[in-house]
Amino acid sequence: MLKQFFNWVSNPAILFSIFIVVFFFIFPPGEKMYRLHRRLKLDKLWTPVGGIVFFSLLAIFFLWGITDENFRLIVFKPDNIPITALLFLVPFFLWYSMKQARDNDLRAEKGEPPHEALDNEKVLVWPDLVYVEFICLILSMALMIVWSLFLKAPLEEPANPTVSPNPSKAPWYFLGLQEMLVYYDPWLAGVVLPTLIIVGLVAIPYMDINAGGQGFYSFRPRMKSISIFLFGFVVMWIFLILVGTFLRGPNWNFFGPFEFWDVNKREVLNNVNLSEYVYIFLLRTGLPKNILVRELFGILLILGYFAIVPGLLAQTVFKRLFQRLGVVRYSFFIVLLLMGLALPIKMYTRWLFNLKYIVSIPEYFLNV
Amino acid sequence: MKDASGLPRRAAQRRGHGLAEARAARAAAGAGAPSTAAVSAVGRGAAAAAGEVSRRGFLSWISAGWLAFGALTTGTLIGTVRFLFPNVLFEPPQTFRAGFPEEYTIGDVSTRFKDQFAVWIVRTPTEIYVLSTVCTHLGCTPNWLSGEQKFKCPCHGSGFRKTGINFEGPAPRPLERYRVALSDDGQILVDKTRKYQWEKGEWTDPESFLAV
Repeated sequence: MLKQFFNWVSNPAILFSIFIVVFFFIFPPGEKMYRLHRRLKLDKLWTPVGGIVFFSLLAIFFLWGITDENFRLIVFKPDNIPITALLFLVPFFLWYSMKQARDNDLRAEKGEPPHEALDNEKVLVWPDLVYVEFICLILSMALMIVWSLFLKAPLEEPANPTVSPNPSKAPWYFLGLQEMLVYYDPWLAGVVLPTLIIVGLVAIPYMDINAGGQGFYSFRPRMKSISIFLFGFVVMWIFLILVGTFLRGPNWNFFGPFEFWDVNKREVLNNVNLSEYVYIFLLRTGLPKNILVRELFGILLILGYFAIVPGLLAQTVFKRLFQRLGVVRYSFFIVLLLMGLALPIKMYTRWLFNLKYIVSIPEYFLNV
Repeated sequence: MKDASGLPRRAAQRRGHGLAEARAARAAAGAGAPSTAAVSAVGRGAAAAAGEVSRRGFLSWISAGWLAFGALTTGTLIGTVRFLFPNVLFEPPQTFRAGFPEEYTIGDVSTRFKDQFAVWIVRTPTEIYVLSTVCTHLGCTPNWLSGEQKFKCPCHGSGFRKTGINFEGPAPRPLERYRVALSDDGQILVDKTRKYQWEKGEWTDPESFLAV
């Protein structure tokens, strides 16, 4: 019963929606959300008690989960061990840094300097730091040796181009990209968007001119930056890795964590292009012969997304940010942000409306 | 720099008492071939004595070095390019006989030549066509799911109907078809060198299917 509920919740549209909503309550991007966050006492999550409660719940779910055969199979697959570790490690390090950030925010409210300013206990690089690093190195080596001894990486049969394993999964750190490839054409998901991720990361120091909270852990003075960054990192990278590892099964269908990976699971996905929606379902005229006329609506939609939305946001949600950043910085920021948000938008339109491509010109290998 | 060791011309200049004398010395150094030779000989000798490298010696060493470096780089480049063209290619023939049309059941997708030639042979009541097993998204090999009557790619979930038309997942266009004909002995002849793409309207081409 409970397992069925979790399987149902694991439907991507539901799980992703819950995750996004919860995310913005926990990492509020603006002052209003922050006040709500404090009123709901969600910041207590970053106290030791909150941490213990959260990780206990996670551990209980996990321990209860491994009593199920299907769950156990996925979680303890040797390939998936790093992601199972990631399931605990990423929240832990997030919690640890946010705990320090919350402490400093509370100190700042009382008018006290941050913890880091009080800490005048200086240590030397040699021997203090180097010794710690040396011990870490030895421990990591020991861990890797044990890991390689106990987890099998068997040789399989010789490679055969006509046999693709089912499911074929990318290395775990690329599963976010593989998930992206489900929704976008290869040249976009494989070339343009990954490049933009790197460009965006490089551009952060040029976009983020907020001098608040520099040099110590803090959340309140830079909540917009932290919220946007973590949305990209936790929701659109870590979460997609988890989804790709645990929820994607044979034929790249979605499976709940307690569901048997049935190769013959029936899933009806009849994907429809925007042009087909417009001309066949709405206007009932059939697709026009001319490619430009056919894709007109999609092209207009994309142009509008990049031409109108930035201005709208600058007038409303990002009004103060726009004034602070100036036109040039804001333009770069908003284009990168919109490109990033294009992924969740595309995911939702695929899940909810079976929308395949907004602009689809297979004749010239151009699909968006 | 020691007086006698380095460059004799500058030494002469320094030893001279006036600008005119220096100019004369320079003119003398530049004028006659014997004196230039003498100067450079003195220079070389002095340099060798002090364990230093003369300008000419240095230039010849560096050009030899650059030549060697250039040769090595060119050699590596040629080797790398050569590496792209293997001596032996284990490729199945592009044209092959696929048995008699009667061997294929009407309404069935035959996976008989999937492993060997990477094609599916489909027979409908009226025709036989040959589909490529390469997914048009990123080139994985889809599986034929007879229960659902579709080709389903295990990499990103693209789905194709029995005709090869894409209908689910990210694949941007239908599977490609190959040229198919009847050979002299009545067998099906598949020619993979010629492909037919639906989005280019090539599936109406009489060579893209075999009427039976």
